[in-house]
Amino acid sequence: MSAKKKKLIYNAVTFGVVILAFLLCNLFYGQMSRSLRAQLIPICCWIVMAVSLNLVVGISGELSLGHAGFMSIGAFTGIIISGWLLKGFQMENETLRLVLSIVAGGAVAGLLGFLIGIPVLRLRGDYLAIVTLAFGEIIRNVLNCVYTSVDGTRLVFGFINPTLPGTLLLNGPNGAVSVSKIATFTAGFLLVLAALVVVLNLINSRTGRAIMATRDNRIAAESVGINVTRYKMIAFVTAAALAGMAGALYGLNYSTLVPGKFKFDQSINVLVFVVLGGIGNTLGAVISATVLTILPEMLRDFADYRMLVYAVLLIVMMLVTNTPATKAFFNNLKGLLSRKGPRKTVEVSQRKGGDRA
Amino acid sequence: MSEAAGKIRKRNADTKMVPVPSQSIIPERDIGKMPVLECKHLGIDFGGLTAVEDFNLTIGRTEIAGLIGPNGAGKTTVFNLLTKVYEPTRGSAMINGIDMHGMDTVAASRHGIARTFQNIRLFSNMSVEDNVRIGLHSQIRYGMFTGICRLPGYWKKEREQHEKALELLSIFGMQDMGDVQAGSLPYGAQRRLEIVRALATNPSLLLLDEPAAGMNPHETQELMDNIIRIRDQFQIAVMLIEHDMNLVMGICEGICVLNYGKIIAKGTAEEIQRNPVVIEAYLGKQHQGAEKEAAQA
Amino acid sequence: MIFLSNLVNGLSLGSIYAIIALGYTMVYGIAKMLNFAHGDVIMVGAYIAFCALQYWGLPPVAALLAAMLLCTVLGITIEGLAYRPLRQATSLAVLITAIGMSYLLQNLALLIWGANPKSFPSVMIQLPTLSLFGDQLKISGVTMMTILANIAIMIVLTTFISRTKMGKAMRCVSEDRGAAELMGINVNRTISTTFAIGSALAAVAGILLCSAYPTLMPTTGSMPGIKAFTAAVFGGIGSIPGAMIGGILLGVIEILGKAYISTELGDAIVFAVLIIVLLFRPTGLLGKPIREKV
Repeated sequence: MSAKKKKLIYNAVTFGVVILAFLLCNLFYGQMSRSLRAQLIPICCWIVMAVSLNLVVGISGELSLGHAGFMSIGAFTGIIISGWLLKGFQMENETLRLVLSIVAGGAVAGLLGFLIGIPVLRLRGDYLAIVTLAFGEIIRNVLNCVYTSVDGTRLVFGFINPTLPGTLLLNGPNGAVSVSKIATFTAGFLLVLAALVVVLNLINSRTGRAIMATRDNRIAAESVGINVTRYKMIAFVTAAALAGMAGALYGLNYSTLVPGKFKFDQSINVLVFVVLGGIGNTLGAVISATVLTILPEMLRDFADYRMLVYAVLLIVMMLVTNTPATKAFFNNLKGLLSRKGPRKTVEVSQRKGGDRA
Repeated sequence: MSEAAGKIRKRNADTKMVPVPSQSIIPERDIGKMPVLECKHLGIDFGGLTAVEDFNLTIGRTEIAGLIGPNGAGKTTVFNLLTKVYEPTRGSAMINGIDMHGMDTVAASRHGIARTFQNIRLFSNMSVEDNVRIGLHSQIRYGMFTGICRLPGYWKKEREQHEKALELLSIFGMQDMGDVQAGSLPYGAQRRLEIVRALATNPSLLLLDEPAAGMNPHETQELMDNIIRIRDQFQIAVMLIEHDMNLVMGICEGICVLNYGKIIAKGTAEEIQRNPVVIEAYLGKQHQGAEKEAAQA
Repeated sequence: MIFLSNLVNGLSLGSIYAIIALGYTMVYGIAKMLNFAHGDVIMVGAYIAFCALQYWGLPPVAALLAAMLLCTVLGITIEGLAYRPLRQATSLAVLITAIGMSYLLQNLALLIWGANPKSFPSVMIQLPTLSLFGDQLKISGVTMMTILANIAIMIVLTTFISRTKMGKAMRCVSEDRGAAELMGINVNRTISTTFAIGSALAAVAGILLCSAYPTLMPTTGSMPGIKAFTAAVFGGIGSIPGAMIGGILLGVIEILGKAYISTELGDAIVFAVLIIVLLFRPTGLLGKPIREKV
């Protein structure tokens, strides 16, 4: 029972933290700085991104470096749908438009995830990682060439410098223009909750256990009748769909958005959230996504040094969190300062590690 | 007319003739029931190397069969052929009368073949109970949507899985270890858990790859009792690879000896022990070495 | 003729990718890590050469040597400070550290040299343009130099790996680190040497890259870095001839794709070819197939 209880407590704490944070944000909204307020919706998006990537990296155990690609697909789908509904059908209800856009963003990203998953999931390890990266870059590159406009109630698409009739929604490399900003913090909060429900419930179900089995031991999983590709695909598509939803919310939070925004660095950023939160740890992903999104804002006092400090913090955090190595690191530092002795201890500690491996 | 006859003759001339599998032995009680496994001329090449050749074996419905042979004889390869980790180059295998041609590992499992591994392959980051629940994957099922939305079916099936898992774990008295992380179990318990997980797939043939490796004599004794008990309780066939001759001679009804990928002997424990070919395969060189040493001394 | 000229340009770009890919592939083969900061070492190398020429008034050869030397020091420092303590950590932890290192280098460069693009001096490589077929095919000095440098590096590196003691040690460490250690090979020194060689090559690549495309910014190294990494995977990561072939093919495909299919989709074509190759050869062109033992 205790393991079950632990899981229950963990889930309760995860939801509790998110709900509490939402309530606090609403309570102290007046006291918040403008820059922090502007961060609220993006934070929600990045949390969903981190939680969904965690499903692929932590739960299904495959390194994906193209998660931002799905986010961008969701973002531009959401923008197109929202613009189409507004300009083609004069739908003034913002909530309905937002919900439809998010659902559409998730659906298109999920579909794309499925199509990409077919070739990608045949590969293993670093090769899989590089192909996800490649797909992310292809998505960005192709989106750079897509032009969309609304003509009456018709949606018109063009590719590479076309002349389109009607109101332009998507303008190739210049991206989406004059988007109506309909994203709200409440919607973001609900999306985070939904993502948590999906991921946490999935993990603690038959499907989730099958996914984790493929991660822990592919051959053993097959031997008990688990179709590895199928379950890896489920994780991949679910994550892609969630990323698409996060993207739609993100896209509808800005009046302009260019495809160049979703470069490979964004995928890496999300991966950083996941790894720093503790791979496979959903609550950790939520917290690290929040902290690391706010951090650059908090470091504003450092002005030019802001990203530098961020980089150093990232490296130091990685060195510190991998504890057995921390000692070696400090020994190294000491060795640099005193120029004698400690180097030996470094080597000894590493040899011990080598035996373990 | 004559042309057609010529064609027929030519086609017949191309026919490749193969010897019929030598008659296998199965326990008397299993006569009249369909054998669990029938291998005919099973063989596989890796590049130019023939790892297994002309493997013919029939296993009765409730037989405990042994597969023995010196290191590198191809025993695990036979298991890998039966679980479709490798596709055989030649020959066929039938599980419960169904030809296994074109099946993959997943299909082999669904058709009733379960196995353990020589180098233990547990889901070591997960709990003991979850390991067994994963074994129940194809037995107690519900959909992904039911799981995410926590529909009533979820709770019902989860309870069913939990109860079934504890029941299976109790075979080895492990029902209280459900929450322990599988990777942190002692070696013997890990081997036992692997057997439980394999049993959870509701197999008709259980393949055990060196189940007693790393166990002390007392544990091995217990394992022997348990294997017989599992066979009796579940009415399944067991085939095991083992180097511990006590275990093999103690519980295996039919034994098959493999050397250099070929079957060199088949029979009961007594027959195998008396077979000079087997003795040579196992002890031949060692014997000569011992004589030489004696001469030098 | 236009095709030939495109082909030569592709070879030149491919040679740059190949030199960078060598750094990725050697480090991956020996330290089993993806060194994401490698692309930024290229950028640092180019900046050092830029300073040497522009501010310190050094001759081109001295600038090249200075860039190689300082990049070597930088590579060894990065490895010693950030990667060595993580040798036993998970590969993801190392990957994130490498990413942090990449950010660090970019932002340091931003602080030191500013965000404004610098124009890389053309004095670095002064070779006359080669005219062939009665001026129909012109090959610039930079292009020739790049291709020649690539060939030279390939020969020297292959000889080094196959003939010298250190090369042998590298091959040992890449096959089995534990066994190499037991045989008395100093694994840490071998890995440091690998980083040193990779970083020196990165400096060369940086100078060649900026001679061909003379805009120098703190982010100059990141895209060529990614593409070179792709090239290394394309050829089979860990394989030195693979990195060469992968790099050159990728460069040629990129230039030809941009010329004959679509300028806008140039990058997409490159990555699409990578995906197609990996589908048919899941471990790259020259990578060894991995079979898990059951």
